[in-house]
Amino acid sequence: MNAPQSPQAQARVQRIWEIAQAHRQMPGALLPMLHALQDEFRYVPDEAVAVIAATLNLSRAEVHGVISFYQHFRRHAPGRHVVQICRAEACQSMGAAALEAHAKHVLGCDYHETSADNAVTLEPVYCLGNCACGPSMVVDDEVVGRVDAATFDAYVAALRAELQANAREAS
Amino acid sequence: MTRIYVPIDSSALSLGADRVAQALQREAEQRGTAIEMVRNGSRGMFWLEPLVEVETPAGRVAFGPVRPQDVAALFDADFLAQGTDCSHPLCLGLTEELSYLKKQERLTFARVGITDPLSLDDYTAHGGYRGLRNAVGMTGADIVRAVTESGLRGRGGAAFPTGIKWNTVLNAQATQKYIVCNADEGDSGTFSDRMLMEGDPYCLIEGMTIAGLAVGATLGYIYVRSEYPHSVKALRAAIERARATGYLGEDVLGSGQAFELEVRMGAGAYICGEETSLLESLEGKRGIVRFKPPLPALQGLFGKPTVINNVMTFASVPIILDRGAAFYQNYGMGRSRGTLPFQLTGNLKHGGLVEKAFGVTLRELLHDYGGGSASGRPIRAVQVGGPLGAYVPESQFDVPLDYEAYAAIQAMVGHGGLVAFDDTVDMAHMARYAMEFCAAESCGKCTPCRIGSTRGVEVIDRIIAEKDDGDREKNVGLLRSLCDTMLAGSLCALGGMAPFPVLSALNHFAEDFSAERAA
Repeated sequence: MNAPQSPQAQARVQRIWEIAQAHRQMPGALLPMLHALQDEFRYVPDEAVAVIAATLNLSRAEVHGVISFYQHFRRHAPGRHVVQICRAEACQSMGAAALEAHAKHVLGCDYHETSADNAVTLEPVYCLGNCACGPSMVVDDEVVGRVDAATFDAYVAALRAELQANAREAS
Repeated sequence: MTRIYVPIDSSALSLGADRVAQALQREAEQRGTAIEMVRNGSRGMFWLEPLVEVETPAGRVAFGPVRPQDVAALFDADFLAQGTDCSHPLCLGLTEELSYLKKQERLTFARVGITDPLSLDDYTAHGGYRGLRNAVGMTGADIVRAVTESGLRGRGGAAFPTGIKWNTVLNAQATQKYIVCNADEGDSGTFSDRMLMEGDPYCLIEGMTIAGLAVGATLGYIYVRSEYPHSVKALRAAIERARATGYLGEDVLGSGQAFELEVRMGAGAYICGEETSLLESLEGKRGIVRFKPPLPALQGLFGKPTVINNVMTFASVPIILDRGAAFYQNYGMGRSRGTLPFQLTGNLKHGGLVEKAFGVTLRELLHDYGGGSASGRPIRAVQVGGPLGAYVPESQFDVPLDYEAYAAIQAMVGHGGLVAFDDTVDMAHMARYAMEFCAAESCGKCTPCRIGSTRGVEVIDRIIAEKDDGDREKNVGLLRSLCDTMLAGSLCALGGMAPFPVLSALNHFAEDFSAERAA
């Protein structure tokens, strides 16, 4: 805990404190707080556990228990983009299983993993309420209906192209 | 200036509604045509989405499904002025005359797809807030009586009489009472809650406000699943406007009673659709199921008396207070009164939302509305009521959709979601999935659900793989015994109902559990 921190790490912890403080007065504050943290960092950083525990007068074990209970909360930074594929029955009836297999093959990773180029993290999701338009997936914030292998490939190609363009700009 | 409607519903968006809206704006600008675009909810005919509607003196004319590349041709065909005479092949005629819509009995969904979801003027012009105005002049007991007499039962699946629940909260003595809306619509094959929250959010707000006046609760929470960000956005915006105009706040419509609403987001846990687990989650804890009693009506959120109902239940209340209990009670059959918005999903040509009185049959919904399977193959099984609902075989398609009639065939109406499968489905795989889903989503509090579901997956795997017929029989017996333990011994509906899809698959589709079929 007392190891010297880089300015970035200090700023991050500072930001976590601010978010925790902003939500502490809400009844049942923990979930809104975790959402706010994930909205900011795209995952819930480990450093947040102690901060939340201190803010809400909970044990770290309790905070950890809540974070790990809910699928929505990530504990590691995802790849640049997140693609979620619906695994629920309605999408299965329209061929979601084949889409899942295709996605894993194209990305070269399983669920909860990230493609080698860090472009896409693949996650399962259980129902998007888009059940008359399956199979469905979510690309970052966009729900896409009636997805086939070609649609999936087109989205992934666009995400990868964007990543490469950014890399070229940076170099 | 011509008014045109392009849905902002999530499903319409998933099929490109935003791109169509942009293309329409751009094309209109280029041609110097003035249009007023309204982003409405969806009419619930998803094979026609994105469905663009043009307002004409004769009524709204539908065009769909419209792709961005169709837009120029639509303008060439003068679709804004030609109305029903438009020669473009996407012209469907008057929306209200489409038989899919015309044959429905839309009470809860009366406004969805018609109005601008966030316009209070639209809402009140289409009958909105009449129920609340009536409720303001009534005593709490009279409101509860109206809800009881309407015969409304919980639309989330358990079908508990709403009036009885409310009455318990009304009679409870407490310094604070709560209204909680369960908008954790996690069942596959359901989207009616989502469509209503996105397409007519004031209807839910009005229903919850009436509940608040009825039982003396001053604060309500809407717990929306995190998979529904558009619903959260629509509700928050609507709550703000309702507050600004006196429909919410310190003094609801001059009643002297306060009612406030807040939207909270779930975090991807199916179990939080179970009411006590949802309350735990709202309190900031893991979504672990509580023992009952005490009932949430007496010790609910933060230990206070709480009305907790599903979106559809609250959304059915405004029309009951507006038109009277008898009007609503007049729909339906047996002890299932009123209407249910059925959701036609899965392998169907015409998937969408069909609100009908109880008593309609699966066959009517699947064929008269759904148009048969999307793949063109015979429909073999329909899962009714979500992932914990039974798979209904073709021989039972004529059983009326009524809570009691379905219970009699070991199935459940649930939230009214239907997922159709054609004859390529492997029912042993679906049974396995039901157990796998239960294992993944179990909160872990009770043993039958936590351990039983995992053992269930293993036994089904053995049945599928087993070549020896003798062992197969033994394993099927074991699976049935396991299902029996889960049914009778689980703390809540997750473990207590996960056996329904498994047993129905085993009873009606036994051939799928043999080694030959798997091969």
